[in-house]
Amino acid sequence: MNAPAFNRRQFTTGLGALMLAFSLDPKVAPAQGRLPGSLQNNRKLDAWIGINADGTATVFTGKVELGQGILTALRQIAAEELDLPLDRVTMISGDTGRTPNEGQTAGSQSIENSGTALRLAAAEVRAMLLDLAAKRLGVPPDKLTAADGVIAAGDGRRLGYGELVADLDLDREATAKAAPKLPASHQLVGKSIPRFDIPAKVTGDAAFVQDLRLPGMLHGRVVRPPRYGSKLDSVDAAAVKAMPGVLAVVRDGSFLGVVAEREEQAIKAREALRKSARWTPGPELPDPARIFDVIKSLPSEDTTIGVKQGPAPEGARRFEAVYTKPYMSHGSIGPSCAVAEFKDGKLTVWTHSQGVFPLRAELVKMLKMRPADVRCVHLEGSGCYGHNGADDVAADAALLARGTPGRPVRLQWMRDDEFGWEPYGPAMVMQAKAALGANGKIADWEYELWSNTHSTRPESTTGTNVLPAWYLADAQKMGPPSAIPQPAGGGDRNAIPLYDFPRQRVIHHFVPDMPIRVSALRTLGAYANVFALESFMDELAAAAGADPIAFHLAHLKDPRARAVLEAVAKKAAWKEGEKGDGARGRGIGFAKYKNLACYVAVVAEVEVERGSGNVRVPHAWAAVDSGLIINPDGLANQMEGGIIQSVSWTLKEEVRFDRTGILARDWASYPILTMPEVPKVEIELINRPSERPLGSGEGSQGPAVAAVANAFANATGKRIRDLPLHPARVKAALG
Amino acid sequence: MAYAVTVNGTTRSVDVDADTPLLWVLRDELGLTGTKFGCGIAQCGACTVLVDGRAVRSCVTPIALVEKSEITTIEGLGSAAKPHPLQQAFIDEQAAQCGYCINGMIMAAKELLDRNSHPSEPEVRTALAGNLCRCGTHNRIIRAVLRAAHANGRT
Repeated sequence: MNAPAFNRRQFTTGLGALMLAFSLDPKVAPAQGRLPGSLQNNRKLDAWIGINADGTATVFTGKVELGQGILTALRQIAAEELDLPLDRVTMISGDTGRTPNEGQTAGSQSIENSGTALRLAAAEVRAMLLDLAAKRLGVPPDKLTAADGVIAAGDGRRLGYGELVADLDLDREATAKAAPKLPASHQLVGKSIPRFDIPAKVTGDAAFVQDLRLPGMLHGRVVRPPRYGSKLDSVDAAAVKAMPGVLAVVRDGSFLGVVAEREEQAIKAREALRKSARWTPGPELPDPARIFDVIKSLPSEDTTIGVKQGPAPEGARRFEAVYTKPYMSHGSIGPSCAVAEFKDGKLTVWTHSQGVFPLRAELVKMLKMRPADVRCVHLEGSGCYGHNGADDVAADAALLARGTPGRPVRLQWMRDDEFGWEPYGPAMVMQAKAALGANGKIADWEYELWSNTHSTRPESTTGTNVLPAWYLADAQKMGPPSAIPQPAGGGDRNAIPLYDFPRQRVIHHFVPDMPIRVSALRTLGAYANVFALESFMDELAAAAGADPIAFHLAHLKDPRARAVLEAVAKKAAWKEGEKGDGARGRGIGFAKYKNLACYVAVVAEVEVERGSGNVRVPHAWAAVDSGLIINPDGLANQMEGGIIQSVSWTLKEEVRFDRTGILARDWASYPILTMPEVPKVEIELINRPSERPLGSGEGSQGPAVAAVANAFANATGKRIRDLPLHPARVKAALG
Repeated sequence: MAYAVTVNGTTRSVDVDADTPLLWVLRDELGLTGTKFGCGIAQCGACTVLVDGRAVRSCVTPIALVEKSEITTIEGLGSAAKPHPLQQAFIDEQAAQCGYCINGMIMAAKELLDRNSHPSEPEVRTALAGNLCRCGTHNRIIRAVLRAAHANGRT
């Protein structure tokens, strides 16, 4: 098969021994007690919190800001427990030289993992400060109060945190024994604190790694092959080296790049290199018309999950449907970027990677350096929505910087580099079968899905997982990809229905061979599975003659699931049994993300232009239960954004390719939703202060695609089971 | 070759080729990194600046064409310490997620509000149709522009 970086022959052994970078498996000695959240793997208090002599706090997190507002939310959590004002808390994030290693910032887990660690560590530090003050003042700790970084005794004596620092020893393991505050006493958590990063972002202050300017900094560009696996035969490096401003043409095997004094010089040199480069093209890509058959025909590792063994139904009506989802791009507005500097045998990389520690591990392998000599520092980039070009461009920049030691090299990919070479969200096939009993309820459910891996991130497997490494003269291969295990799952994320079906079976056909390079795209398999599962529920509701929301409720006992469905029905003024009019209709979609994070229900309205086949989504409503809400406006922003992004995926997005290579190269060949096409979105937040906070950044995309697909069926009476709902497909469906 | 360019009211000389896009002059020569590189082919709007009051894509605007023009970038509106009312409206509406597209959005909105101080919501959507956002912040951006327009009316 035409695997880009790895093929079947290379992974005949070792599958069982893989360690996932984002695995929550404890990697600690059995003697140690289990600690909550990310404390488990970063157990020292001073890894998380420092109290400074001026009474301020420095808070460290391995999670990074991706535009989701996480650093504001984590600052709220830490300041709350420390009893410090927000402006006396400084956040340090994602730096292999300074912060805890929390793996990837991914999977809507930052509040749950880093937030939990910070809440408990901060509560413990506050308790230690109270103990120190109690000794100093000769008053029992429970007679002291803490507020705004000052501890006060009943008699008016006061001690600032800064005055206690000399005796405060945070170089010790967390116990997680200090009780965090009760929600009723929260001053900061639960408030819509404005994000700290937004003023710089709207006034043109340097906010992104793309904006980093270091003394003596040079500009690099890379030249990628025509398609995966191509070999560079020749290139006129001398001619390009003679171009104005060009300092180095870096060639290592089939890796090719250029470094120049100025950015426009690097871009011109890239063009010249591209014109003179001669390649032996790699294997052809599959026939795009047969891609889903190809995926199903490749060898797979099959896992059966979610089995319920109720009685086999008799006399039930049986239904079957097949759904597909194409390859999708992350589509970051800003192409990936990194700045790298080699100095005195040490490498520093400024990167918008979602995981600075895993990235460092890959750079160490690729460059054959020691971990201690490589530092990766996170700076924000354009939104990534998963594993885009961030890690690859960092590796590219490191290779270029190696050619110009002492001077930092800034490399930003060009638009066609990003679209053509990033790892896409995988194409998937979902086949659903069900039996509908005489009582109008589902009596049997069988679901199969076929998918490649949903992570080829750094450290997701053995080998070297950054793009340029595969093209070096001494090429390093990627290791065999693996499936992300349940309960979170990868391709099978949200493949197990949350419904109370008496009998069910889900089969995950994990397909290791990758004809097209893929990795993690926001929600992993959940977008496709919720699309299929909720579309099929809608089809079965129609077959049962039931209202779809009532049909959902008839199969759901979970009170929190029921509550979001009822809330969105109310918000959208849903009328039981409402029918579309041929051009306009509404639909419902629901999921509990990963079956273990937030509950989201979405109602979408669609308008179909039958002549052109254009589908518009003018309006969407959602209800979300994320447990305890840390920042209501931040949660609403994530929900709104997720729904709009999902509507874009659903109506427009597909990475096109032919046998010669990837065709998506710019915003014309990969269009996304534009401002006039964006739906109005109304969100209902259900706060549950007594429940733990649940991940939410990826909770709305699955319910949104299902709501749109079901609204299309409601509007037109026709069902489209293949994404996206683009005009040609719509016209074909409407006949 | 030397060009005198007037950016945010200050004229400076830069020594670049005639076909150098204004974007690189702003970002790399003048240190004004608020204007972003998104696509390089005028498809996304991240590089939008005002040239004599018109919103243009600086990634495809050669420096030689704008030598006699007044150029305004995001840094010319206001600062984090003292934001322009339009920037303040984006802060008030928390109208950013990653924020990479926002500079271009604000400059396109600035042009709109300069010629139409009280646009309707559809007019805002149309004016920003060429500016892509990937995070799904669109509705907040629209609200921010309408908020700024409303503030215009009061002053």
